[in-house]
Amino acid sequence: MTKPKIAFNWASSCGGCEIAIFELGAKLVDVASKVDIVFWPAICDYKYSDLEAMPDKSVDVTFFNGAIQNSDNEHAAKLLRAKSKTLVAFGACAYCGGIPSLANTTSKKKIFDSSYIETPTTVNPQRTLPQPIVQVPEGELTLPEFYNTVRTLDQTVDVDYYVPGCPPVGEQVGKVINQFIEGPLPSKGAVLGASEKSLCHECKRVKTERKITKLVRTYQTIPDAEKCLLEQGIICVGPATRGGCGSICLDANMPCRGCYGPLSNVIDQGAKMLSALSSIFDAESEEDIQKLADSVADPIGTFYRFSLARSLMRRTKP
Amino acid sequence: MVICLTERFEPKIVGFLCRWCAYTGADLAGTSRIKYPPNVNPIRVNCSGRVDPTFVLKALSAGADGVLIAGCHPGDCHYTNGNVKTIRRFKVLQKMLDQFGIERERVRLEWVSASEGERYARIVESMTEEIRALGPLNWKSIVEVTA
Repeated sequence: MTKPKIAFNWASSCGGCEIAIFELGAKLVDVASKVDIVFWPAICDYKYSDLEAMPDKSVDVTFFNGAIQNSDNEHAAKLLRAKSKTLVAFGACAYCGGIPSLANTTSKKKIFDSSYIETPTTVNPQRTLPQPIVQVPEGELTLPEFYNTVRTLDQTVDVDYYVPGCPPVGEQVGKVINQFIEGPLPSKGAVLGASEKSLCHECKRVKTERKITKLVRTYQTIPDAEKCLLEQGIICVGPATRGGCGSICLDANMPCRGCYGPLSNVIDQGAKMLSALSSIFDAESEEDIQKLADSVADPIGTFYRFSLARSLMRRTKP
Repeated sequence: MVICLTERFEPKIVGFLCRWCAYTGADLAGTSRIKYPPNVNPIRVNCSGRVDPTFVLKALSAGADGVLIAGCHPGDCHYTNGNVKTIRRFKVLQKMLDQFGIERERVRLEWVSASEGERYARIVESMTEEIRALGPLNWKSIVEVTA
């Protein structure tokens, strides 16, 4: 039997998903003996031309991490789609947009202004900004074009499976890779390496009747390590987030921020969290409710921290 | 194609009306033959508390110019306090819609009792005029701008 051919790619993301694969540790050697790695720019010097030289559909599985924020990301997505039998959106960015899609709360212009002009450590009197094409005496220089709106992988090309997480936890990565080597695989569109229940189901904290009179932010308190964080007034996105990570943030006394994305049948993770949070407000009068609502510091950043590109609105109005 | 430049912009408004008060109020406006703009597409829900924020976002992202949520007056809820739950959600939703850049006039929460046909008609009228003044929302075009 020929070994399955596997590719990995890194688009608009931090690189944490690559590290998640290394979390397999010694097992990675085992995996590497069972598969042929044909493309993995993060660890070896692969070029697009290597990929272009391969026949279409010759890669069995591609694990694609990162959102689509520029023309290079889009090119990689299209190229890998053409060359792969199965394309997996690996990690929160490829699946839901992830942290990079919070750029959708601003615009390309504002991002460029703050990165290349306004930051105190920048000296740029000519206000030079990155250009897709620049003519220099030596010839033409090109850069990928930066997009105004960050997209998920499946808003760019057809995707077969999704693996959530920022990054996907090591244990689940091992299981998912094994699933591709040994099978069986679920039907197309399934979310792999995660649970079908919300994080609250696997969270070990004690939950009683939830009612809160005020919100507290994590920097203002050291929470009780046994009690549900929402009951302590800390916004924990667990109720609206898919489980399967092992509630590692909760074990470290930090609230869930929602990196495993929405549950099946949920269209919009943020809307569900907004609903879950406001339903535990202990306030009857419009005035008291308003006070509590005002204390939600950053609704988009809190409810859509990892899923703005996959939400219904997808971005803010510029 | 002939484009008539004098044609008025007609806002598309999705109305989530609670079956016990607001929907009955809208019915009364009709049976009483009260004149009001035809811009609200009513959707009957059992309680305004049934209106998941997802519904509002879905309507706005799919092409609606505004969303009206209407239920029983506080204290009169058929399910005792469903409409208080609506207020709790709505206040946070409003704050989030501000961040999305959606004007407050586009998404309204109103109380209409079963006997307030006239009030329903006036709410629809004022909402339609306010949104007409704002112009179309056209959310798809906002998402699609890539440059």
